[in-house]
Amino acid sequence: MERKYISHNSLMNWLTQLNNEGNQIYAPVAKGNKTDYKHITSVEEISMDHIQTTQSAKAVAFPRTEKLFSYTKKNGDVTLQNFDTTTIPETVVFGIHPCDAAGFKPLSGIFNWDTPDLPFNERMKRTTLIAVSCTQCDEFCFCTSVNGSPGNTTGSDILLTPIKDGYLAEIITEKGKSLVDKHSSFFEADPNVNKEEYLAQVPVQFSLEELNKKISNMFESPVWKQQSERCLGCGACAYVCPTCACFDIQEDAHGSSGNRLRCWDACGFSLFTMHTSGHNPREMQSQRWRQRLLHKFSYMPERISVRGCTGCGRCSRACPVDMNIAEHLTEIAAL
Amino acid sequence: MNNEFEPKILAFVCNWCTYAGADLTGTSRIKYASNVKIVRFPCTGRIDFMLLLKAFANGSDGVIVSGCHPNDCHYTSGNFHARRRWMLFRSLLDFMGIDIRRIQFSWVSAAEGAKWADIVNETVASIRELGPYTEYRKAADFLADNEAELAKEMEVNNG
Amino acid sequence: MDELRNKAKEMFDKGEIDIFIGYEEGTRNPRPLFANNADETQKLVFNDKCTGNLAVYLTRKDLVKGKKVGISASYYALKSIAQLFVENQLKEENLKVFGLSSDGQIRTLNSLEEIKQYLKDTPPPPKVEDDELIKQIDAMSSAERWAFWSDELSKCFKCYACRAACPMCYCTKCIVEVNRPQWIQPWASTLGNMEWQINRVMHMAGRCSDCGSCGTACPIGIPIHLLTHKMSETVKANFGDPNDKGNVLSTFKPEDKESFIL
Repeated sequence: MERKYISHNSLMNWLTQLNNEGNQIYAPVAKGNKTDYKHITSVEEISMDHIQTTQSAKAVAFPRTEKLFSYTKKNGDVTLQNFDTTTIPETVVFGIHPCDAAGFKPLSGIFNWDTPDLPFNERMKRTTLIAVSCTQCDEFCFCTSVNGSPGNTTGSDILLTPIKDGYLAEIITEKGKSLVDKHSSFFEADPNVNKEEYLAQVPVQFSLEELNKKISNMFESPVWKQQSERCLGCGACAYVCPTCACFDIQEDAHGSSGNRLRCWDACGFSLFTMHTSGHNPREMQSQRWRQRLLHKFSYMPERISVRGCTGCGRCSRACPVDMNIAEHLTEIAAL
Repeated sequence: MNNEFEPKILAFVCNWCTYAGADLTGTSRIKYASNVKIVRFPCTGRIDFMLLLKAFANGSDGVIVSGCHPNDCHYTSGNFHARRRWMLFRSLLDFMGIDIRRIQFSWVSAAEGAKWADIVNETVASIRELGPYTEYRKAADFLADNEAELAKEMEVNNG
Repeated sequence: MDELRNKAKEMFDKGEIDIFIGYEEGTRNPRPLFANNADETQKLVFNDKCTGNLAVYLTRKDLVKGKKVGISASYYALKSIAQLFVENQLKEENLKVFGLSSDGQIRTLNSLEEIKQYLKDTPPPPKVEDDELIKQIDAMSSAERWAFWSDELSKCFKCYACRAACPMCYCTKCIVEVNRPQWIQPWASTLGNMEWQINRVMHMAGRCSDCGSCGTACPIGIPIHLLTHKMSETVKANFGDPNDKGNVLSTFKPEDKESFIL
């Protein structure tokens, strides 16, 4: 891994340059008391003061609503128009935190589990992730409890760590390297700093080892019911999560033509598992809450060898009734 | 003013008064604008507010909603219920910036063939003045321009 | 604090309740707590920071079906409870309600009559910020209002937290889940999002307690509670205060006044 230095001014100039070259740039933009990723046209819009954006960056590769194909019927003939990969622009996501960058790995695991998913993979291929290490955290952050860290390089193409007046740039992947090499004049030599000194101190809240040992064998545990009592069954946690990938397939039909759509769904919804017969295998909110945690901490590690949680804490921040996931996991680990 | 523009108007009317009234307009040989398509309902009480929104989303530039005069409802009170619903619906749409000048509510009885012709003619004239209702349709055409819309969709900043 | 704990404990000891729905300390703000026995009541808190509308749990069959319920209710939760009574969703003999008087004292409200009296005597918590925002939106031109709301609602990703947090949204099958025919687009898009909010607000007309839980619940902070707040004002301006004779949209007066029907 190559290490370089880039000053704040050069970074902004570099991003401007990338934008001018036709890359679509997403970066955190603050409005009111919330910050979220936005397609920016000027680096002036970027805000770096936030602890966490409200939503994750997963929509870059897994949009809320996506047209998979369209069709037209004419005189009994059906013409299909497949997903057009050529319309996907080259994209740079700037300013995501390491927990968000790490989230693309579980997503990729899900979308390549059986049949490789064309739209997801094509979008990922055209996306470069420039992450920024965290220098601050809040009580909802728990990346260090799930093997992450505020300076974790996993998943990022380039990781910038704010140091005095500028950034330490760690160039992690080939994709990142080519973006840097194209504009090498913006970068300077390795500043030779101890990165750890600049990172936020995220306390470890629970023992992952203990959690892993327990969670796979507690399908029948009464803890699910007790934890989920106040859960309202909305999908806020799933929709802000960087690794949740549940989707629904919908038909946008207009007479003889239409679109097949993929849109976000959530396992917390009671209708998610509802059968046509009326039978619902996950009838109670406690069963759905169990599914959410077991999927992330048991099924995914077992089947695709990657945990479905990066410790970003978004679900806890978004929850209207304070279903604090770290608190619940701590409770499970201590059982 | 674009003289080429022909407004598309959808009329939701009740079976017992306005539909019969529109029939009378025809049998009385009164000429009126042909821009209107009439959809017949059992009662104004049956006209769900969503139908008006669906009309706009699917290409209407204006909507007429019409039924029996108060106290004349075939089902006694359907139009009274409808009136309350419209009062609230109309102010909600206005608060959300949906153009309520494009919705004309009226009472037209089975004997008011001439009034129906006037209502349609006036509505067509005022919608012609307002032009096509593209704003609402644009929101409906979310998927027409997939990538550009997806880019916009990421703009989830707020305050 | 101790007073509520003691009262709840006493009710458990006497067998007057099977579950107590209240608040406990949460990560940043108080959050819902379900006490199933006398011991668990010792975590209860109740103060002016307890603003979440707990009435939402009173229609959750998995939690309260067949149980005698005690609940600590904020001003707006009491309004919701009164409305749930009007809609025959609650039984007076199964419910023990505690309110908070303006000087922070716990008040026992033993019947619907007492709840109504409380609501009559207690001024509603002011909504200065919301009223100011509504004034701003009202002052906009129609085109500006459209730009404002279509921009705000384009962000909605349809998690339905607004629905889940609402005590009045207790339908077992919601209008958005009707799919034969597909009435409201289920995917997130500006139009579908707008249609959803318009439906939600219309279905709340005259029933909404104006607690603002929908707006608080929205994870991306879309001010949808302004829509219900405005609707409550419109209902009041046109039809006066709610009464026992039924909901605004299921009743009528022959003399209802409007100015827009030709």
